[in-house]
Amino acid sequence: MRKQKKSFKKSKNKVKNGFNVKKKLLLILLGGVIGFLNGFFGGGGGMICVPTLEKSLNLNNKQAHATAIAVIFPLSLISCFIYVFNGAVDSLPLLTVGLGVLLGGIIGSLCLKFMSSKILRILFSLIMLVGGIRLIL
Amino acid sequence: MMFFLQVLFGVLGGFFGGLGMGGGTLLIPLLTIFLGFNQQLSQGINLLTFVVMALFSLVIHSKNGFIVTKNLIWIILGGVVFAILGSVLATYVPSLVLRKIFGGFLVILAIVEFLKIFKKQGI
Repeated sequence: MRKQKKSFKKSKNKVKNGFNVKKKLLLILLGGVIGFLNGFFGGGGGMICVPTLEKSLNLNNKQAHATAIAVIFPLSLISCFIYVFNGAVDSLPLLTVGLGVLLGGIIGSLCLKFMSSKILRILFSLIMLVGGIRLIL
Repeated sequence: MMFFLQVLFGVLGGFFGGLGMGGGTLLIPLLTIFLGFNQQLSQGINLLTFVVMALFSLVIHSKNGFIVTKNLIWIILGGVVFAILGSVLATYVPSLVLRKIFGGFLVILAIVEFLKIFKKQGI
């Protein structure tokens, strides 16, 4: 962490806009980690991408959420071609689950304004924790 | 019954995805644990449904001006190359092994989320 901060300060002195080769390489590397995990786990890249964007590009929370989708979209597109090409996806469950996701996505987007985010986030994290443990055992 | 559950879990995953909390990390374990999908199938379905949903959100978000494109190309560049690597690797790993590694990934994500929630007491 400390090293990163130092190198960032140096780069600021070198280039007026604060962006040099080192910073670009760091962005490529961060993107690589996001891309690899999102491809290997078939999702979850967004959860890593949002904090990454907030810190590396200084975006606010709303911008980071929206921009993360713009990052994950091309990565997921290329990943799902590979999954489909390798025969990992059956079409029937894809249709039923996909229908549900579409419905839920619309409801979720509409509910965004009315829901207390803290309780939902705790609930969400709890489900992830229990689900994760269940998958390992 | 099976179809009903598939749609229901889709709704649950989509709901949290629509809230911007990461629908896939919920959808994938639901499909694998309760419906017995193999891990690659759950992951592939999540990727495909995400791509479709993302198309709609991108249009809305860009209209609202929330997408910042400056310097984004570098993240996407590195991302695409390693996304290919990760996806190819995922199709080679045995389903049960991938399932366990994914479980570990979820536990880590959950712990990080918990830490963040309790750090920002204000929200």
